Amino acid sequence: MLVVALSSSEQYVAGAYVVFLALVLVYLAIMATKLGRLEREVVELAELAERRDSPKDERVKEPA
Amino acid sequence: MLVAAFTLVLTYAPVDADQGVIQKIFYVHVPMAIVALVGFMAGGVMALMYLRTRDRRWDMRSYVTIHLSIVLAVGVLITGSIWARASWGHWFVWDEPMLVVFLIVFLLYATYQPLRFSIEDPDKQARYASVFAITAGAFVPLCFGAIRMAEATTQTHPQTATMTTSSPASVSLVFLVSLIGMALLFITLCKYEMASKNVTANVRRLRRRLAGDDDQVSATGRSAAPQL
Repeated sequence: MLVVALSSSEQYVAGAYVVFLALVLVYLAIMATKLGRLEREVVELAELAERRDSPKDERVKEPA
Repeated sequence: MLVAAFTLVLTYAPVDADQGVIQKIFYVHVPMAIVALVGFMAGGVMALMYLRTRDRRWDMRSYVTIHLSIVLAVGVLITGSIWARASWGHWFVWDEPMLVVFLIVFLLYATYQPLRFSIEDPDKQARYASVFAITAGAFVPLCFGAIRMAEATTQTHPQTATMTTSSPASVSLVFLVSLIGMALLFITLCKYEMASKNVTANVRRLRRRLAGDDDQVSATGRSAAPQL
């Protein structure tokens, strides 16, 4: 394992950059969660649309 | 761009003679602060466009811009505190105008989301939020202009203009790359969130239509986010 010895000043600098990266990552994680929810909703809507269309198809296939 | 900027900070940017390596926080703290403040002002301009056109998309743009600026402002306060602790030995200095004014601006904008959430009617929400965004957006340059005009002797907070002009050209170059990178990140995240909100609105509209209740104006309940 690579261990880098940082001085006190360097630790503060690293801390500031890590805070920035953490903020961006947390934001992206929240957005990814929302995207996942949206994806599930789209699947549900597709199923709903299929269910809505299927009785019509059956009616067409019925013999006169 | 930001990766390039941070690589330059590590490899190319000189170590400050006065502050040492701690000065390198400047390349993340200041671009974030500038982009956040410009974002607050841009949010005000977009709110003004909403009031002029009554087009909900401008309200959405204003909301997303202010929302992301608040996220960046949190980063500014934390990185600023780290820099203050390393340089001055305190996490926050209450008699420093720059720090206090930034905190006031942040707290002012922290009330934006609760304000939106407290109003149920979407039209009223957009209108009130726009008035807030315009007023607060005008407050930002006034406050920071006043600090600039204040005597430099009353401040210990470093001034961006003096830090970039009195330092070697490499400092200005790395700062400029960081600033452009931060602005591009901000624009990308704005577009990302805007696209997400538009898709969510369309999915909800489609769901209502498939469920057969087209007349239902709002099936989502109360929300701070604008409803398209």
